[in-house]
Amino acid sequence: MAKKLMFEKPLGMRDTLPFFYNKKENVRTRLTNAIESFGYQFMDTPLLEYHETVGKVSATLDQQLFKLLDQQGHTLVLRPDMTAPIARVAASQLKEDAFPLRLAYDGSVFRAQQSEAGKPAQFEQVGTELIGDHSSYGDAEVIALLIESLKQTGLEEFVITVGHIGFVRSLFEEVLPQNNEAVETLLEYLYRKNYVGYKSYVASLSISEEAKNSLTALLRLRGSDAVFEEARALAKCQAGLKAMNELKQLHRTLEQYGVASYVQFDLNLISHMDYYTGILFEGYAPNVGALLCNGGRYDALLPSFELNASATGFAVHVERLVEALNGSTEIRKSAVCVIVDDQTFSEGVDKANLLRSENKRVVIQHADQVANLTAFLKKYEEVIDMTGKGATGDE
Amino acid sequence: MSKPLTIAMPKGRIFEEAAELMRNAGYDIGSGAEESRRLILEFPEQNINVMMAKPMDVVTYVEYGAADIGIAGKDVLLEQDRDVYEVLDLKISPCYIAVAGLPDQPLSRIAPKIATKYPKVASDYYREQGEQIEIIPLNGSIELAPLIGLSDRIVDIVSSGRTLKENGLVEYEKITDITSRLIVNPVSYRTKSDRIDPLIEKMGEQVGVSS
Repeated sequence: MAKKLMFEKPLGMRDTLPFFYNKKENVRTRLTNAIESFGYQFMDTPLLEYHETVGKVSATLDQQLFKLLDQQGHTLVLRPDMTAPIARVAASQLKEDAFPLRLAYDGSVFRAQQSEAGKPAQFEQVGTELIGDHSSYGDAEVIALLIESLKQTGLEEFVITVGHIGFVRSLFEEVLPQNNEAVETLLEYLYRKNYVGYKSYVASLSISEEAKNSLTALLRLRGSDAVFEEARALAKCQAGLKAMNELKQLHRTLEQYGVASYVQFDLNLISHMDYYTGILFEGYAPNVGALLCNGGRYDALLPSFELNASATGFAVHVERLVEALNGSTEIRKSAVCVIVDDQTFSEGVDKANLLRSENKRVVIQHADQVANLTAFLKKYEEVIDMTGKGATGDE
Repeated sequence: MSKPLTIAMPKGRIFEEAAELMRNAGYDIGSGAEESRRLILEFPEQNINVMMAKPMDVVTYVEYGAADIGIAGKDVLLEQDRDVYEVLDLKISPCYIAVAGLPDQPLSRIAPKIATKYPKVASDYYREQGEQIEIIPLNGSIELAPLIGLSDRIVDIVSSGRTLKENGLVEYEKITDITSRLIVNPVSYRTKSDRIDPLIEKMGEQVGVSS
């Protein structure tokens, strides 16, 4: 193996330098404040989990998990998301609590990147989980809170796209009864965003023209709540109608929250092959080329921890949100610098403490230790020179 | 006015066909592109910017959102597995990916060597066949590899079959048909749908696909 250069980091790992740390901190505070204002309680879980438990049920693909062995030879994973660990907690330590639970988190998650060095393998997510509420009010609460949190960060332009996996599945299963392979293939094409492949696969199926038409009609079901009508005409079975009623109810509730203008519908949205079970959503902002946030209902996860409860939640990708805000978050003002020498040191300490008590951030710097005083002092918004030698930053 | 729609167009062979298709759909973005060496062409009256990119790179520009939409070969999409919407088969520059080699040459029994510009397509294909192979990645003149004994087979694009023939190679199996596709960045697909949806529809009419 080639010798590592001293500045190298493992693939996909990044340092967070002070200026970016401050921006992130600012965005994080606004997000968490908004989430707390909806009565959600923050919690944390370990970075390491068993592969056997959390690793297996997580929505993250197995090849994206960072795995290691503990002293006993158990396979561990670095947590790839926060949802599975929180489900584990909800199903164990919190299972005697009165449901619904409203939980929130803020933490780093880890996903190994194989093809690109440019994509982060560790990133921060802020998110929520609403556990034990299976109604459309629950779905709407989570989406409304997501929109409210994004607005609180100062993000003005964004879109939340909402779909329903139950609708898609019921349509496929109705058109292709007992043909699980075809259903999975169609879902896979949608998941891979390959409409060309989807259409040619539909054309190749030996089903009636009418059935083919309703499968391709699915691709048109995007836009405002105006698509509901056409969707309803497609959905003939019980499950499809139930899904449509849920979406309608969701839309109505989002209007009552006053956030419906941020929402559009896309009934062929598939965020994940087999994780979500009902309403699901993704959020985008115009100047970030990738997903900003996502979430949905995942009623099968808690049962895998032996707790019969439904759940829904969202996660925001904090770094991408900072990128989307593109500098529009205020940057924390830099500190005050008190320049001292041997004679004025004690005086400098007093001065600094006084300023600190006024909530200022104060650096005490001995003049002898700075090679280029002019360059150094540029970092500070205010300079107090105790030495009287005129080190005010001007030359 | 809203931000311009950015289109990544493939330079070279496919450009003319692609530009004509766009023109017929009502997006006149071809003029002056081929003669000029400029890489970004602006069409302010249509609020469109065109990026001239290497065909292999179009998908990358679109995935990262540097371009909202692009025209890319299915071969590149298969090889690179990028996160973009593949919305339309433009049916231009048709060709296919095939396995070829010297005539009457059985595949070596132990880890046959396959020379290719498409390592992923080739290994996916042979994995499906239950065959363990060794990939030899090359960037061009793939036909050379079996001639000089570097590989047992090649996996490459075939359009007329002339290059194979002139080098005394024969086609063994066809892997998949290839045409150019209209691709869309996932974020643009949502946030600029007011401009992109009509474009997909008009382009679709040109190639006989009603959406």
